[in-house]
Amino acid sequence: MTAAMRPSISACPACVAAPGAQALAEQALHKDAQIALSLPTIHCSACISTVEKTLTAVPGVKSARVNLTLRRATVEADPAIMPDQLVKVLEGVGYEAHELDAGTLSVTQNDRAGRDLLMRMAVAGFAMMNVMLLSVAVWSGATDATRDLFHWISAAIALPTLAFSGVPFYKSAWAALWARRLNMDVPIVLALALALVTSLWETALSGHHAYFDATVALVFFLLTGRYLDHRTRAIARSAAQELSALEVPRAIALRDGAEVQLPVAELRIGDMILVRPGGRMPVDGVIADGRSEIDRSLLTGETLPVFAEPGRAVSAGEVNLTGPLTIRATAVGRDTSLHRMADLVAIAESGRSRYTSLADSAAKLYAPGVHILSALSFLGWYLYSWDVRTALNIAAAVLIITCPCALGLAVPAVTTAASGRLFRKGMLIKDATALERLAQVDTVVFDKTGTLTAGTPELTNLAAHDKGEAAIALALAEMSSHPLAVSLANAARAAGITPAEVADLTEVPGYGTQGTWQGQRVRLGRAAWTGATPGAETAAWLAIGEQAPRAFTFTDRLRPGAANAVQHLMRQGKRVILISGDTEPVVAALATRLGIAEWQADALPADKAARIAELQAEGHHVLMVGDGLNDTAALTAADVSISPASALDAARVASDIVLLGSDLEPIGDALTTAQSAIRRIKENFRIATWYNIIAVPVAVIGLATPLVAALAMSISSITVSLNALRLK
Amino acid sequence: MAVLSYLIPISLLLGGVGLVAFLYTVRSNQYDDPEGDARRILNTDWDDRPKP
Repeated sequence: MTAAMRPSISACPACVAAPGAQALAEQALHKDAQIALSLPTIHCSACISTVEKTLTAVPGVKSARVNLTLRRATVEADPAIMPDQLVKVLEGVGYEAHELDAGTLSVTQNDRAGRDLLMRMAVAGFAMMNVMLLSVAVWSGATDATRDLFHWISAAIALPTLAFSGVPFYKSAWAALWARRLNMDVPIVLALALALVTSLWETALSGHHAYFDATVALVFFLLTGRYLDHRTRAIARSAAQELSALEVPRAIALRDGAEVQLPVAELRIGDMILVRPGGRMPVDGVIADGRSEIDRSLLTGETLPVFAEPGRAVSAGEVNLTGPLTIRATAVGRDTSLHRMADLVAIAESGRSRYTSLADSAAKLYAPGVHILSALSFLGWYLYSWDVRTALNIAAAVLIITCPCALGLAVPAVTTAASGRLFRKGMLIKDATALERLAQVDTVVFDKTGTLTAGTPELTNLAAHDKGEAAIALALAEMSSHPLAVSLANAARAAGITPAEVADLTEVPGYGTQGTWQGQRVRLGRAAWTGATPGAETAAWLAIGEQAPRAFTFTDRLRPGAANAVQHLMRQGKRVILISGDTEPVVAALATRLGIAEWQADALPADKAARIAELQAEGHHVLMVGDGLNDTAALTAADVSISPASALDAARVASDIVLLGSDLEPIGDALTTAQSAIRRIKENFRIATWYNIIAVPVAVIGLATPLVAALAMSISSITVSLNALRLK
Repeated sequence: MAVLSYLIPISLLLGGVGLVAFLYTVRSNQYDDPEGDARRILNTDWDDRPKP
């Protein structure tokens, strides 16, 4: 669908992808290529089988497997099969698809860290069950030698388990102490160590209470929280990386009269570079030869292609539409306008205040509190009984009881549930704190081109033309891959018009197409070329012989769900602002169409960022939705930002949330989901606090037996998890 | 109490078998697509003969 949304780029994605793909194919000759596709809209078992059947029916495809959890399909196919071919096939059966970069995928697929955590969690879980079994025997009355035996067996299971499963905590606690800070893991490790030492001591002295079960259970619950947290972030990270496959890695340069393919990094100033239709400018330059039209929407937000002829300056990132161009490079690498934009982002980034997550602020309060409490109870009991063993036992009990099982699960359980919900709606949360920031948003700033509008023109006055004219226009339009022509052709075909018989069809790059119809010259293209006077509206003109040219007018098509999303946000009482780099009449028209009262046109990238900073200075929390390079600075400056999957790489990197589908509607839901997620997190904190308020005094006065500790710990962890699942 | 001398090893062994089985499922990527697998089981394709 990315393809369909930006026909200019995708009119020939193969051209963009071809150099790299060819090189890849040559390397992997006789080896099946793996193609990965993102399928944001699949949701049911029928979808799975339709997609798999459709893909395997394509000649050359060996096998196809859909992963519903990741909304992704992996295809084994001949190297000759191009991903965009499969994307088209899937769009034919009604599924949106994007190509994913298989190279970056394979790196993230072997999620070592995640698997490692899962193993440690499994070991802790199984050890916990076994130790619990033995402990139940002790709690139900095993005495003397039997109790000691059970304690020793528990110790024999718990010690190796803790040595293996506890590693993540030891590492993180050590790192924190090394940096002279306290984090949540320091009290955890202290509790584990203290509980182990006192339990071993008690067991050796044939005592009644040992905390082996509690220590293992603690590690298990905490690892569960950590694993959930990791998985949410790993899925988001991998998918976000996969989306970055659009950039041009190579360019065709003319050196000594021959065409050579070079990595963009090796281009020098003064090089002559060939850019084919559908290709992206790799460097800033001046057109030396050729006529065409270029699409600047990603850089400036302008919807309409600009006419290009020798002598005109072009910037890196612009897309060549109709004819081949030769450009002379004037700036390469870091000096190109593309990179200067990226630098703007870096500046905005350094200015972004570091957001402290709820969990971090809770840990900051919590860690010192626990240590002080435990030390005080040790001191109190020691002074009271002059018995180190009792005092140490109680200090260990306090540490174990207060240990942040519920706290460690409170945030990850909710964020997992929330990001899972949003993922199913087609939104990818890239940043861990994005949900929290999203919940505070009261102002939403939209970009126009590519965000609220699809960047695709839509024919408005087909009915105003008679069948004959439309048939000629269709015949001419089908010759060209210009966005207006493509849109005209699609609309005419959909209306059931068949192309007229036009001979000698030729495309004149930069102007339009012409041919001969019943002995008359017919032209479809720019106003001046067809002999018309250009009006205010976007139009392609049809001239038949010497008759007055007729205009086919276009408007920018709204992205699906745009109107609903804006209305939804307004109903929620959010302030909605439209800021665009496009011209005033176009922006004004769109604002009226969507009912947006506040809008600003002709905004430069810096203006957008400045406007957002202004809003923030007024105390607003701003959500920025944008897709272009001209938005990246604003995306970084905003409190939280969303970009569509069709956005430019830099924009996706700068934003916290990526919309996987082409539909904008989920944005409204995202805000509500974020708000209810934050409510749940706060409830969970409240549950954990209440639990501590009740349990801590019990531990401090020395009434906490291992049974009480085990019960309290399990109940609080389960309550918190269930509360997270309540997320609607 | 003699019963403990074989019941405890048996319970530990069973726990170990469970652990090994779990580790096997992790290593053979059986948790890669829980949502899809849950739906696939209801799918009627290949009900009559195994997928070639």
